[in-house]
This record gives sequence, C-alpha cells and structure tokens, in this order.
Amino acid sequence: MDESELVSAAKAGDRAAFDELVRRTFVDTFTLARRLTGNEEDGRDVVQDAYLRAWRGIGKFRGEAAFSTWMYRITANAAATNVRRRRRQQAEPFDDDIEPADPRTDLQPAAMAESAEALERITDALDELPPKLRSVVVLKDVYDLPHEAIAEELGITVAAAKVRLHRGRRKLRDALYDEGAEAHAV
Amino acid sequence: MLCEEVTALLPGMVDGDLDVDPAAVQHVETCLRCQAELARYRRLLRTLALLRTRYAEPTPGLLGDTLAALTDAAEEGARRTLLSGRRLAYAGAIGGTAVAAGATAALLIARSRRRSMRLAG
Repeated sequence: MDESELVSAAKAGDRAAFDELVRRTFVDTFTLARRLTGNEEDGRDVVQDAYLRAWRGIGKFRGEAAFSTWMYRITANAAATNVRRRRRQQAEPFDDDIEPADPRTDLQPAAMAESAEALERITDALDELPPKLRSVVVLKDVYDLPHEAIAEELGITVAAAKVRLHRGRRKLRDALYDEGAEAHAV
Repeated sequence: MLCEEVTALLPGMVDGDLDVDPAAVQHVETCLRCQAELARYRRLLRTLALLRTRYAEPTPGLLGDTLAALTDAAEEGARRTLLSGRRLAYAGAIGGTAVAAGATAALLIARSRRRSMRLAG
C-alpha cells in the first residue's frame, strides 16, 4: 500500500494502516523529537505523544503534504509542550542569553568541511542552544518548514520565529567558528 | 553602515530575507570582513541542511512501546464511545418512560374531571 492509501485507511479507523505509517516514519520523527528536545529521554516522550496526537487527529489531516511533514508539525507542537512542562517542573534557567557550555572556538572555517565530525559538532552545538532557539533553527534550517508553520506550531508570531532563528544562528556561528581568525580587510 | 551593525543582520541576510536594509547589502558588497562572515553563515546553513539525512537511532523497544500506547489509547477511546452510547440509551429510555407516565397521568386526570362534572350535573 502506498502512503495515501494508508492515510485513507487510517482516517477510516484502520489501526493496522496507522501502525504501518508509524513504522515508516518512526526513525525520522524520533530524530526530530530528539533534536528538538536536545536529549534522549524527552525525545522518547515527545515521539510517543506526537503519534498519539496524530492518531486522535488523523481525521483532520487533509493529505496536502506528506504524512511525514504533517508529523513534523505535530512533533514540533508536542516538543513545545514538553519544553513548557519541563520549565514549570524544574524552574531551570531557560534564558536565551546563556552561553553554550562548549563553545568549541578552536574550530576553524577550513576545518568545517561537511564531514561526519562537522555534523557531530553541529549536533552538539544544537543541543547546547536554549530550547526556544533550538526549536526554530531545527525546524527551519534542518527540516525547511516555512516560518508560518513554525510560528503556528510553537504558538508564536512569525516575527518572533524569525528573531529566534536569527539569534539561534548567531549562537551556532559563535559556537562553531573562531571569531577573529580573519582580518578586517576594509 | 558599520560592520557591527551589518553583522547583526547577517543571520537574516544569509537566506535572502527581503526585509534587510539595502544599505547593509551595499556594505557587504564592499566589505571583505562581512563577506567572510556571511560565508560562515552560508556554511553553517549547508551543514545544518545535511543533518536532515542523519538519523538518530531510536532506543530498542521504543517503536513497540509507542504502538502499545496507541493500542491503549484506541481501546480507551472505544470504551468511552461505548459508555457514552449506553448513557444515551439509558437517558432515552428514562425520558420515554417519563413521557408515557405523564401522558397516562393526564388521561386519568381528564377522565376524573369528566366524571366529576357528570355527577355534579
């Protein structure tokens, strides 16, 4: 069965069809959940919550986008809920201005070849971003969701989503590239 | 514009934000430092996009747990639907009985009044 047939069957209440959709998208959805939350444990909670929400809301899925893209939006929403819950429970400092714990300022631009090591480092740097900034950077720059969709799922304005994106990019840039390595030539 | 002012705008300029001040664009065209900084942001975005094809390995058993949680949720939903259906049936039966009792009472009262009027006449 192709995806659209599975979605139609799932919308009619076919659990086996929905389970197949879960199997096909699980690794992708878990990866997003893990990236949005910055840790394994919350990633597990978010992926389960996302699929429960998807099952309850499958009737509203219009099928205009791929099922996996719809899952990205649900996962983003579930992760935002998880972050808010964590903030209430732990009263952790979620200040956007805190500095990453591991700035890795030793990394030169030339060394930032698109290698496995570079990807490891950028993954670590993403994990160190404040959750509010990380969510927007992951959804826009990794998963290429439009600003409007990101804003809607995170419950913020498009302008706020853009501000967070730019702040997140700046922090990643500071974490990954050595400032002052190049002279001001003008 | 000064480099410091332009630097703050580069995270938006890197993917062609249309709201960027034209003066900042003009500055970048002539400033090697800002061009280099913009190149760093471009490299950052390329590397972030590459993450799209890198997957995290889910914990063993997580898929099974998720499917089991879905089964529980589906059963719970079905149970609630059944319960609300039964509640509706009970409410319908009680309502029907009440209407029938009311009609019977009205009939008896009407008969009793007619009998009283005949006796009085």
